[in-house]
Amino acid sequence: MVMIKHEVRQGRMTLLIWTMVIAFMLALCILIYPEMETQMGDVSSMFAEMGGFSAAFGMDRLNFGEFMGFFGVECGNILGLGGAFFAALLGISALAKEEKEQTAEFLLTHPVSRREIVGKKLVSVLIQILLLNLFVAAVTAASICAIGEEPDIRPLYLLLLAYLILQVEVASVCFGISAFLNHGGPGIGLGMAALLYFLNIIANLTEQAKFLKYLTPFGYTESADIIADECLDVKYLSVGLVFTVIGIGAGFCRYCRKDILS
Amino acid sequence: MDAIKTASLTKYYGKSRGIIDLNLTVAQGDFFGFIGPNGAGKSTTIRTLLGLTAPSDGSAQILGMDISRQKEEILSHVGYMPSEASFYRNMRVRDVITFSAGLRHKDCRAEAGRLCERLELDVNKKIRELSLGNRKKVSIICALQHMPRLCILDEPTSGLDPLMQREFYSILEERNKEGATIFVSSHILSEVQRYCRHAAVIREGRLLVSDSTQSLGHTDTKRVRLRGAGVKLPLELPAMKDVQTDGDSVSFLYSGSPKELLNVLAGLNLTDVSITEPDLEEIFMHYYG
Repeated sequence: MVMIKHEVRQGRMTLLIWTMVIAFMLALCILIYPEMETQMGDVSSMFAEMGGFSAAFGMDRLNFGEFMGFFGVECGNILGLGGAFFAALLGISALAKEEKEQTAEFLLTHPVSRREIVGKKLVSVLIQILLLNLFVAAVTAASICAIGEEPDIRPLYLLLLAYLILQVEVASVCFGISAFLNHGGPGIGLGMAALLYFLNIIANLTEQAKFLKYLTPFGYTESADIIADECLDVKYLSVGLVFTVIGIGAGFCRYCRKDILS
Repeated sequence: MDAIKTASLTKYYGKSRGIIDLNLTVAQGDFFGFIGPNGAGKSTTIRTLLGLTAPSDGSAQILGMDISRQKEEILSHVGYMPSEASFYRNMRVRDVITFSAGLRHKDCRAEAGRLCERLELDVNKKIRELSLGNRKKVSIICALQHMPRLCILDEPTSGLDPLMQREFYSILEERNKEGATIFVSSHILSEVQRYCRHAAVIREGRLLVSDSTQSLGHTDTKRVRLRGAGVKLPLELPAMKDVQTDGDSVSFLYSGSPKELLNVLAGLNLTDVSITEPDLEEIFMHYYG
């Protein structure tokens, strides 16, 4: 518990800033929806005529005239991308920061096994992701109540759940990479999150690139599919789970055998 | 049971040499100095003993426990002070000390308080506000607050002012009298000579010698100092090392025959002669010369 408390305390400012920014942006979008709703007829027809661009963001299959259609796109951009960046930063720095800040020597000369350190760092990453998502979900619910909307709860719940799983997957893969780094790699983490986001956009553009959805967790957070099907795509989700396990496993294997040089 | 015992301990970083075939024994209750220049392998030895790096070959035991298999148990009895004291920069001193005790599942508040008082450390400051000397003090407290059976200290006094160095060694002497083993890595030979009962010299990853500091200071080598107008170099003496001249004075280390030395000196017009045991600093130079 000492270790987890320490890790969460160390990351509290980052958590606070990312949580506030994402929650504020989401609340802002929801609160301006009633104003935009009146203009949505024109916007929806405009999007429908934009071909590949609309398909890239799933806007060709979402009805902007309905709250969930609007929320699906906005949520995808704000919570999806913002959450992925936050999770990537958390994961990529979890193990590497000790060597970068030269605190690994201090930490690893206490009677705590490497396995325990890796495990508790992973738990603290998951706790921080969960805290962000709980707060964002609460702000989302409050904002929806404030504008008097009554959307279908199931797709809304599934969307938020999908983004939580996406963040866990991104954080886990970055966590595994972190064990191989001697210095913090925020650039690697952010770059990877951006790459995964764009892979999904490319996959939406053409059938030939559809296989990319297996590689990116954004494949199972596609708002249009979740709202239409009211379920998460198990085939993409299963591959994501495999990546998550590989990331965590690599983190444990590498860090438990790693030479700490300074 | 020895406090530290290594058997052919070897560590390579890729193809780079760390330590080679190191056989080192430190008895329990000893005050032991580990001497060597930068890059000799002192820190590699310590880091391997503490499990920060895995040995390439050989084995080692600390307090009778194997370093590869009983690492956590070993670390619960060891207090380690690294040569460069780095902590979490945004934490306060008291939080770092409490965190260190927490990782050991021990309540060390009373001892930490005593050590902070003796070392005059302000626990309310943030780590990033501390000088190197004060960071060293935090490191000392984290290494000693849980009353370890073995203290492993890597270049412990760099950054500490002379008064604090004295206080630090007085704390170590007290701990040593209470039964703790003290293992100090240093290249400040005067402090090794003053405080340590035994010492080992490491060079290019290999152990050169391990003996009592008294025996290390008693070699066949003598420091000869001559003064007089008639002293002209070179003297016709073999086995001269570390020759230093200053005006009409000449000083050198001599490890040859005393008779030969006296014969040469008898022919010189000298105003002063001294033949003394070299200090550990000079012995060290002798080994590395």
